[in-house]
Amino acid sequence: MKFLYLVWTNLKRKKMRTVLTVLSILVAFLLFAYLAAIRQSFSQGIDVAGLDRLIVRHKVSIIQLLPVAHEARIEQVEGVVDAVHQTWFGGVYQKPTNFFPQMPVDPEEYIAMYPEVLLGDAEREAWLNTRSGAVAGRQIADRFGWKIGDRIPINATIWTRKGGASTWEFDLVGIYDGAERGTDTSMFLFRYDFFDESRQFGQGLVGWYTVRIADPERSAEMVAAIDAIFANSQYETKTEAEGAFLQGFADQIGNVGLIITAIVAAVFFTILIVAGNTMAYSVRERTNELAVLKALGFSDRGVLGLVLGECFLLTAIGGGLGLFLGWLLVSMGDPTGGSLPVFYIPNRDMLVGVVLIVLMTVVAGILPALQAGRLQIADALRR
Amino acid sequence: MAGLFNWVSQIASIALFNLRSMPQRVGSSVTAVIGIAGVVAVMVSVLSIAQGILSTMENSASPNNAIVLRSGATSEMMSIVVGDDARIIAEAPGLARGEGGALASPELFVIINLSKRSTGTDANVPLRGVTPQAPLVRDRFRLVEGRMFEWGRNEVIVGVGAQREFEGLDIGSSITVAKEDWPVVGIFESGGGLAETEIWVDALVLQPAYQRGNSYQAVYAKLESPQAFQSFKDALTSDPRLNVKSLRESEYYAEQSAVLYNLITGLGTLIAVIMGLGATFGALNTMYTAVSARAREIATLRALGFRSGPVVISVLFESLMLALLGGVIGAVLAWLAFDGFRAATLNWSSFSQVAFAFDVTPGLLALGVSFALLIGLVGGLFPAVRAARQPVSEALREQ
Repeated sequence: MKFLYLVWTNLKRKKMRTVLTVLSILVAFLLFAYLAAIRQSFSQGIDVAGLDRLIVRHKVSIIQLLPVAHEARIEQVEGVVDAVHQTWFGGVYQKPTNFFPQMPVDPEEYIAMYPEVLLGDAEREAWLNTRSGAVAGRQIADRFGWKIGDRIPINATIWTRKGGASTWEFDLVGIYDGAERGTDTSMFLFRYDFFDESRQFGQGLVGWYTVRIADPERSAEMVAAIDAIFANSQYETKTEAEGAFLQGFADQIGNVGLIITAIVAAVFFTILIVAGNTMAYSVRERTNELAVLKALGFSDRGVLGLVLGECFLLTAIGGGLGLFLGWLLVSMGDPTGGSLPVFYIPNRDMLVGVVLIVLMTVVAGILPALQAGRLQIADALRR
Repeated sequence: MAGLFNWVSQIASIALFNLRSMPQRVGSSVTAVIGIAGVVAVMVSVLSIAQGILSTMENSASPNNAIVLRSGATSEMMSIVVGDDARIIAEAPGLARGEGGALASPELFVIINLSKRSTGTDANVPLRGVTPQAPLVRDRFRLVEGRMFEWGRNEVIVGVGAQREFEGLDIGSSITVAKEDWPVVGIFESGGGLAETEIWVDALVLQPAYQRGNSYQAVYAKLESPQAFQSFKDALTSDPRLNVKSLRESEYYAEQSAVLYNLITGLGTLIAVIMGLGATFGALNTMYTAVSARAREIATLRALGFRSGPVVISVLFESLMLALLGGVIGAVLAWLAFDGFRAATLNWSSFSQVAFAFDVTPGLLALGVSFALLIGLVGGLFPAVRAARQPVSEALREQ
């Protein structure tokens, strides 16, 4: 404890410098935390992808539709537990920039396939009993201030109604929550039977299938078995594990992870130099005092520890505050005002942040600390 | 007059004195320069991505051109224009005319999966079904390799951007659509526009392959002049047979890129501001250190009759010089590393890939250097004021 006091007193001697150094370290860690959340939202959902789920889509591209009859044929494959279909509706709410996923699904089957979608029993019941009923995720409902009972008009950009009208009205019967932090709660789900009878064209066609398999270990085998059924038909399929499908989608955006890592590296490099230089400077400035400490009986290692401890305290305060402020900033919402489906800092990245605090201490502090440890008392006192 | 001259010469002599003593403070000066260079490099690079996408979209638009979509559709991906409607649109007033009649090209727009060269993963590559009018409507269309496909045959030509970014699009290879192989016979350019990420095929070949009957998704039209747009638009809007909307190409492409451009610019600015804050703390540290190391010299000067104004300005001058150096280094680094750097990303509006080149414009370079100077100004101001305010007698006594 007495050493902590010594370290603390040393930091206080040049208050301005200490505060500025802490602030620049704080900024580096704040950016680190914020960018971690951005990266997470670009790799949306890969972490929460079900290992036992596969995605089946048209071989040529995902915009090509598949017959709804594929569902029964997929379910006949040995090892398949269940298959559900989804279709991209692609409508907008009020204005074109209010863009979020809307999908016609079979309510009962969908809820069974996605246990991470949490819907109350009464709301579920209401959905099953209302043909024009829809449920919205918590995030999207909050974004537009929707309440259960609201009538929500969605303007179709693809799926016009019979007669050519493009506005669809849905009754909001439920709001679902996500079982995990990474669950996408920006979706708007409504009933396929209602959709199919009302759409102007494309009856009996759906976008893609999600398939649950009994044994994730056999996933490669199942992929081949499903694609084999439809080979050489007009509707050939491409099946992938859900994680691979989402990863492929994230990769389409470009290597965002790499770009963000590069930015974070540039930031850290810069801050490291600033912090390292400050440490070196304050050690040089105190050469005399350190020599006195040694003359009083401090060992080489003791002085080394003192300098490293000072560096650690600086980094820990700055880094800790930075991570905390980053977390605070992230919980205030994403920079696009709600169009990112998930926005949070994964625990993994918080842990990396703590490791970085230690690493930065060592890298920035080791040279000045060694220098201080090696001081020859007689030489140093004479300076 | 003499007073002003005296003032300026005081500034000059203190500034010179500061600069000469800089080598003693190399470490901390270099730190400030590196910090600022880092900020400017990151800021300019990120913003050049947004600029590159914007440039690609701008290169796509021609002032004479209009695009017609089904009303309600926000992009051609979601639009449908049936064959009969396309014929009516081609008869509208204001259209430029070529050998084959009015320059209106009804086109199909779909996507196919191809592997990205950089990652090997699937990407949505736009596949466009065109008519013989399509190259005439687009001024900057030019074949650079191979030949045009033959109309009515299962052959395709490929934009230079698509060929560069995706696998299997070289001349001689072929893409698989509807269980048939469609050979690539030519490579085209289109003035750096969006079309360079596309694959083109005869629309009449693509319609049956995608079960589209006699329907298209958009009509691209070349007008007699930019002024003809209003009458063209009015004619289509008032025609009871049609349910379409017409846009100038410039409007259409600006809308298409808005989401992506705003997202990247917003993110880039946010990162730059936060990093800039960090660099400002670094610069403040450097300048406080510089000032406190020279506290006695400065006090001596003031005891000799130098006024505090020149002291402030000379410290600011030093800090601005460091910032300028850092800013220029950062901007040049970003320019060397990223100008023209090619990449492709997913454009949400069309749900397909767009190839583009990072564009480090002179405007961005100037923005970067200005930002650096701002950091230098803030970083120098407070230490300068402190230096000037410190009581002479106290400073002289300091160790």
